[in-house]
Amino acid sequence: MSTPLSMRQSLSLRVGSAGFLIFWCLLAAFPIVWIAVMSFKSPVDAFASNPLDVVIGPATRADGNGLSIIDIVLGLAALWASARFALRTLPRMVSRLTQPGTIVIGWIIAVSGFAVSFVIGFFVILPVILTGLNAIAGPLSTPLIGLTTVHYQSVWVDNEFYRNFLNSLLVTTGVVTVSLTVGTLAGYGLARSGSNLAFWLLILALIFRALPHSVLVAGYLPVFINSAEILRPIFGDAAPTLYGQPYAVIAVLVAINQPFTIWMLRSFFHSIPTELDEAARVDGCSHFQAFRRVIMPVMWPGVITTGLFSFLLGYNDFLVTSLLLDAQNQTMVPAIAGYFNRETTTTDQVEAIAAAVSITAPLFLLVMVFQRQIVSGLTAGAVKG
Amino acid sequence: MKFKTFAAFVGPSLFMMLVFIALPLVSVFTQSFYNTQPVFEQVEIESCTPGFPDPVCVTRTETKPILGEDGKILTQTRFTGLESYRNVLELGRVKDALANGSWRQLMAIDFWKALRFTLTFTLLTLPLVVVVGLAIALAVNNAAKSLRGPVIFISLLPFIITPVIGALSIRWLFIGDGILTSFLEWWLAQDIAMFAQGWTIELMMLFYRVWHVAPFAFVIFYAGLQTVNQDTLESAIIDGANRWERLRYVIVPHLMPLIVFVALIHLMDCYRVFEEIVGFSSQSHVISLQWLTYDFLTPDDAGNRSIGRASASAMLTMIGIVVLLIPLLTRTWRDHKGSH
Repeated sequence: MSTPLSMRQSLSLRVGSAGFLIFWCLLAAFPIVWIAVMSFKSPVDAFASNPLDVVIGPATRADGNGLSIIDIVLGLAALWASARFALRTLPRMVSRLTQPGTIVIGWIIAVSGFAVSFVIGFFVILPVILTGLNAIAGPLSTPLIGLTTVHYQSVWVDNEFYRNFLNSLLVTTGVVTVSLTVGTLAGYGLARSGSNLAFWLLILALIFRALPHSVLVAGYLPVFINSAEILRPIFGDAAPTLYGQPYAVIAVLVAINQPFTIWMLRSFFHSIPTELDEAARVDGCSHFQAFRRVIMPVMWPGVITTGLFSFLLGYNDFLVTSLLLDAQNQTMVPAIAGYFNRETTTTDQVEAIAAAVSITAPLFLLVMVFQRQIVSGLTAGAVKG
Repeated sequence: MKFKTFAAFVGPSLFMMLVFIALPLVSVFTQSFYNTQPVFEQVEIESCTPGFPDPVCVTRTETKPILGEDGKILTQTRFTGLESYRNVLELGRVKDALANGSWRQLMAIDFWKALRFTLTFTLLTLPLVVVVGLAIALAVNNAAKSLRGPVIFISLLPFIITPVIGALSIRWLFIGDGILTSFLEWWLAQDIAMFAQGWTIELMMLFYRVWHVAPFAFVIFYAGLQTVNQDTLESAIIDGANRWERLRYVIVPHLMPLIVFVALIHLMDCYRVFEEIVGFSSQSHVISLQWLTYDFLTPDDAGNRSIGRASASAMLTMIGIVVLLIPLLTRTWRDHKGSH
């Protein structure tokens, strides 16, 4: 089908539009790609004023850390093979080996298994093979591009960043599960009730969503610090100090996230026809059974999308976690403040960059896998409601 | 749905919101009228140095915090009325500044400095985000179908990145002789220090915020563009509307509800601007309202948190949000009444 002449665009418009798009893509990706490149270089290269020095890294190469042609070729091949495996073979294996109904658990096991074996294969086995190959390859083994993982080592191993990672894991898992459980119930109730009360609850949630988080934290902090004394009459000596407890932070983040969650889930529940629950009710289900057996199975896309946004909130939070957790069980994002506030040497700065890239990598994977769900989640709130 | 089932479904969520959002609000409100301070006592200390014939003795009075039985500093909480608010607002200094007509003097007061930045930042980024988001949406809509997926993927990256990290990644491009600073120096042929004065930091913050939020606006506008009525567009062409007029009179009115939505969300989020201050470490030049409360809440060198002042500044921040929301709420209420 050819477009009518009047709809056809002039050459300058087409070029302008394409140029703008390319410019935007460069702008969007550049800072992120650039810090990823910087994190692999020695401090001299990372903060060099010539961009070519940053990319090629002569000082890093001079220190004896570099990639030869063999390294690059084999590394890319390994990456390509594992990406292919993850996208092609893994879904087939999962669907073959899982029973219907346990597909979520199957995916969780498959993804974590893949992640562990990828880390072992890429960072433990491959380097050993490459050192062996480089030793016998002669001229092919001269390093071309300077690259070092020393900053990642010092961040994750020496500075025990994995502790922060585990705390982040705990907090985000807690936030996602609790806020989805509580949120789906409420979202369903609100979507299926047309009463004035439901309307006012949604408006209340909207007001709560607009509140700055620091306002709320100002309310928690004194109570949490003194909670042992406040709760003593109820719990006796077992009364906990809530300050510094990941569980308290989970509860707080769930509550902060609740307004957004119920709005989004409500709009997803709205798109499921009421006839479906009416049919279930006619067949003798109670409201709750209809919700669990009939509505939830068709709701998974909406739940996954909302879960993604809850994950982002828990993972990205700085304000709440930095004020309510102490240094021992700090999550990743506030922990990075310790690096860039120190910044006495350039090595510290590059370590901060390596930590930042480590935090960003899971998000990058998330967008890659769930791009469609994220887009549908963003538009669900706006277009339908 | 009966009220009982409705309550059972909504109950847990409502409980969480009441305990962790409404209750803290009440406690912040009451806290803002009280002040907790260590109890001090005056101690007379006599220190003597050996001398002849008598030792030389000096008696000093020192104020010391009283320690309780468990060895902790005793504190007492007393009702101070509006004192915390006065401490935050510093109306006396404001009056002086106004009397002198000195803007610089007014901007030396933390609260007013924070208010100025929060408001200008919100109002400056709003049009930029809408325009940039719309431009990307139009350009993507114009691009070949096979390119749209990858472009959306790249566009989502700035949106999804942890805000503190996003701000940091911009900061690292400029800090010291970072590549963009040296590029600017080469281009403008003069020495540039991006972190030495307030306005350059604010420029970087503006850039960061637009970079971070424009993808959100883009995705929403792009979804809206898919539902533009082709017939209206065609009749506009027949009526002789050129490309610009079609955009102005057909597409933008169609997107208007979405533009309002994006603007509202952006106003709410931008009013809470905070991560930029942390990411760019701009405390000494630029601060925001939410950062002010955060700063009162973090322990100072002696380990004290000024809860009273934090609560006062939190309540003042709240007033701003309420003012912002009133037009929205009245509009929703009218729509709701109209639909019944």
